[in-house]
Amino acid sequence: MIARHLKHRTGTLWLAAMVHRLSGLALAIFLPFHFLVLALAVHGGAGLDSFLRWTDQPLVKLAEGGLIFLLTVHLLGGLRVLAIENLDWRDGQKRLATLAAALSAIVAFIFLARVF
Amino acid sequence: MPETPPQISVSLWRGGEAGRYETYSVPRRASQTVLDVVTYVQRHLDPTLSYRFACRVGMCGSCAMTVNGRPRWTCRTLVAKVASAGRLEIGPLENLPVIKDLTTDMQPFFEKWQQAKGAFAPSRTRADAMARIRPESPARIAADAAIECINCGVCYAACDTVRWNSEYLGPAALNRAWTLVNDERDGANTARLAAVAASGGCHSCHSHQSCQEHCPLSLNPTAAIAGLKRRTAAAYLNGELKI
Amino acid sequence: MNVRLYVWQRATAALMAPLVLIHIAVIFYATRQGLSAADILSRTRGSIAWASYYGIFVAAASIHAAIGVRNVLTEWSPLTDRRAGRFAAVFGLLLFVLGLRAVAALVL
Repeated sequence: MIARHLKHRTGTLWLAAMVHRLSGLALAIFLPFHFLVLALAVHGGAGLDSFLRWTDQPLVKLAEGGLIFLLTVHLLGGLRVLAIENLDWRDGQKRLATLAAALSAIVAFIFLARVF
Repeated sequence: MPETPPQISVSLWRGGEAGRYETYSVPRRASQTVLDVVTYVQRHLDPTLSYRFACRVGMCGSCAMTVNGRPRWTCRTLVAKVASAGRLEIGPLENLPVIKDLTTDMQPFFEKWQQAKGAFAPSRTRADAMARIRPESPARIAADAAIECINCGVCYAACDTVRWNSEYLGPAALNRAWTLVNDERDGANTARLAAVAASGGCHSCHSHQSCQEHCPLSLNPTAAIAGLKRRTAAAYLNGELKI
Repeated sequence: MNVRLYVWQRATAALMAPLVLIHIAVIFYATRQGLSAADILSRTRGSIAWASYYGIFVAAASIHAAIGVRNVLTEWSPLTDRRAGRFAAVFGLLLFVLGLRAVAALVL
């Protein structure tokens, strides 16, 4: 049944909306943990230092790259939606959505290139 | 012994909400439309099949159905264009209660039309002078861009947000509300803006643009809804809208 | 989603656009430099600027994420609008508290 409903849900803009929603959810789940880790900075930051050493691992760096992608794609997709809702209509939304995803991938890739 | 003409295999939804697809073999013909195929089945293979159509020339919107997963006007869909590998799957429009086979109950669609205050409310009487509307005014251009809607339900069937949120008024109702918001002669805009600013109104739209993509008249409810978002937000921030 | 929630969500989104760009720049700088906790703290301790920037960011993110979560719950979960709203409000509050706690740890 689901497969039938998903059959024509393969359009670019539907995918863009899904990426926007799922990236938002992922960031929302990530955020409390991020705040908990940052709070380790209290009392001189020894706890934070040991955490920062843990993040030196390649898998963690990869995950961080993923997070950068999620943040950037959510930002750019969000800007596209804000433009639709507040500026005059412009065609070419599929192209803009694809551009947003591509730019986000580039930013994440640059991040990974710098930390590895 | 005459040769059997080439056939096409067609799956049609039979039954109500609970039902199943049944397969029929229909002769293939040049320039055949999906409506031709459904009509052939009902007239030659199974007279118990229920379906709707009227004009059969792309003017009334009555023949809208789900064809290979997409909502379309069957009279304007060429079989050659959509039947990949000689297979066609036809079902009733989605997001609406199924009455029988390929017919749906359009009542919820029209009820939401009313809920969105999609009806013109006059502000003058016959004793008043006629309103002079300039066709090139921005408001009239905005209204004209959206006014051709014939309530076929294709956008409503295509919309994911309609599927996920039973309260959501949907692209057609909101598109119509937008045409009236832009109509200088209309007198009900305070109530209308309140209606589309409430839960289930224009703010539920996520701009997937499935409505615009599937509209057989190439209307753009996403743009109309964006316009409603701007108007309601401005009214809300000005204190003109209480919710 | 109604006009009130919409305005709050879009407003916090617009506010956060520049904040996120700055944050990404900070991430790029901090990770390239390989800053330790002491390095970070020497920059953030006693800084009104960092406190304001991240304080505002935390507030905006809490509101924005809460409303976003509420939307997803009302559309994808069987929860009623009211329950979804309550869950989202609690989540927003959690983010706000944890966020301010993190800012305090870095700035105080």
